Amino acid sequence: MNAPEWKNPVVRWIDFRLPIFSFVYHELGVYPAPRNLNYFWTFGSLAGIVLVIMLASGIVLAFNYTPHATMAFDSVERIMRDVNWGWLLRYIHMNGGSAFFIVVYIHMFRGLYYGSYKYPREILWFLGVIILLLMMATAFMGYVLPWGQMSFWGATVITNLFSAFPLVGESIVTWLWGGYSVDNPTLNRFFALHYLLAFVIVGAAAVHLWALHVQKSNNPMGIDTKGPQDTVPFHPYMTVKDLFSLSVFLTVFSMFVFFAPNFFGEPDNYIPANPLVTPPHIVPEWYFLPYYAILRSIPDKLIGVLAMFGSIFVLFLLPWLDTSRVRSGTFRPAYKKLFWVFVVDCIVLGYVGANPPEGYFLILGRLATIYYFFHFIILLPLLGWFERPLPLPTSISQPVLGGRTAATARHMEKA
Amino acid sequence: MRRFALSALAALAFGLTATTPNAAEGPALPKEHWPFAGVFGTFDRGALNRGFQVHKEVCSACHSLSLIYYRHLAGIGLTAEEIRAIAAEKEVTDGPNDEGDMFKRPGRPSDRYVAPFANENASRSANNGAYPPDLSLMIKARKGGPDYLYAILTGYKDAPADVRIMDGMHYNEFFPGHQIAMPMPLSEGGVTFADGTAATVGAMARDVTTFLAWTAEPEMEQRKQLGVKVVLFLIVFSGLTYAVKRKVWADLHA
Repeated sequence: MNAPEWKNPVVRWIDFRLPIFSFVYHELGVYPAPRNLNYFWTFGSLAGIVLVIMLASGIVLAFNYTPHATMAFDSVERIMRDVNWGWLLRYIHMNGGSAFFIVVYIHMFRGLYYGSYKYPREILWFLGVIILLLMMATAFMGYVLPWGQMSFWGATVITNLFSAFPLVGESIVTWLWGGYSVDNPTLNRFFALHYLLAFVIVGAAAVHLWALHVQKSNNPMGIDTKGPQDTVPFHPYMTVKDLFSLSVFLTVFSMFVFFAPNFFGEPDNYIPANPLVTPPHIVPEWYFLPYYAILRSIPDKLIGVLAMFGSIFVLFLLPWLDTSRVRSGTFRPAYKKLFWVFVVDCIVLGYVGANPPEGYFLILGRLATIYYFFHFIILLPLLGWFERPLPLPTSISQPVLGGRTAATARHMEKA
Repeated sequence: MRRFALSALAALAFGLTATTPNAAEGPALPKEHWPFAGVFGTFDRGALNRGFQVHKEVCSACHSLSLIYYRHLAGIGLTAEEIRAIAAEKEVTDGPNDEGDMFKRPGRPSDRYVAPFANENASRSANNGAYPPDLSLMIKARKGGPDYLYAILTGYKDAPADVRIMDGMHYNEFFPGHQIAMPMPLSEGGVTFADGTAATVGAMARDVTTFLAWTAEPEMEQRKQLGVKVVLFLIVFSGLTYAVKRKVWADLHA
């Protein structure tokens, strides 16, 4: 498919030197998307839009924020009270963090269910995991910036994890803090890095999209597209679908921003940071709770830290741990069930992470942690050998339309 | 597919409720009805004004309100003239002047609320070692918000026989640990309201809670009113985009 002859002379002049119009035409216009994509495939573009919302609100917040241990808390409250629409900016940014994780987690679980990490999309998947890691670092440092009690103590607990490493641990922590406790230097560097990492995420997302556009989207059947009868041009089919998804997302998001802006937050973070008073329960933001549960379910600190990071790094091995050649869970009767067990396991971990590691929660957390790794390291490799997948359809257009019908023919004439 | 979608929604909803932290400390807070709660909630102007008076005559003797400037009081309906008068009742340290000296002057609307004590140490020394917390964000900074504050203000009781109260402490049913340094702050008739409202402990507690809900979220009414418009717009917009989507995809679903 070649780009159209651009009629506008200015467009033609530019496109000859920098084919930006042809690029947009190819990647957003005629880019072939499988025609059977369901609404779970709109979460990718949603994540991209949330990222833009976070950048836009974050940059304006940075105009008004003061990264200093004695002024940060008050500067945030000044944004809330005296900056025009400051409360809106801050609540968008604050809830945007949670929204970003919800959208990305759904995006990732979709990838898990439909086997989007398998050949030939392994690098696409790695880039996604890298984006998740970057998001976690960015969100953690962003949460420190208001310099409330949870900011301060969350930063203290999480940075202290690095002290678990033998020999160099303590030095790493001092180096991270820029001193001997979480203090002004820590806040300063976290602000600088929070701002920087946001744009590193933009870069990683661009490469993620590049990899996507090389091998194109997976689809609910997990079989390759065989020709134009299996695909639709991205515009207008996917653009309008993504737009609908976006407006539903914004509706729900607005309900939180305007009516329950502190739903995801902790009351303690409206108390200014005080190094002399430890809050009774130090809990991270909800999106870190499953990892927090894994960390605390292991009695040895170093192994706990390694298991916590391992719970993400195991995702890098996933394309090889899953030995089944069938991508989509739709045609994998056993995997389909185990996928939901895994989802429940993640939710149980989150529930445990929100509670103190005592009695019942400790046992539940340990079982859920064991199962988390059991799923990836034992179940998935074995499943590929023992599971008998259902017969795969021969093409995407066939089961959707029941063979080549008039409608396909009509569509093909158009395309 | 539809089952996948439903289960995913259910999982998400469960995940959200599961992560709201459990408030296991102390007895459950009685749920009060607050006119400022809910999607269409607004502050009761009368309650705001009475609450301002309770705060001024009772709370502000020990507690600071550092995030509020006198000019903010326009938000509870005070006129510029009234705000000037309220600010001028306080003495503010300013300077240095041309001679390099600090000097005292009457407060202005552009000043921060004057704190009752110069610093934390002065505050502790005057309050039996306890530090009365700043009240600006109290409603947002405690689990239960307005219910918690109301429960504390009305929760003073004689200590049960088996509880030993430490020196200078007071028994409060809803305070974590039940021992609170603050003596019962509100007493029947402690404030005379200009609008003739009877100054019972309960009424004063409600009003000052309303006032502090405003100091914590002065933007709340504007936020909710804008929110209603935004959400209504987005619901209509979602309907429209869905119709467009159906139309665009119509020839594929034949």
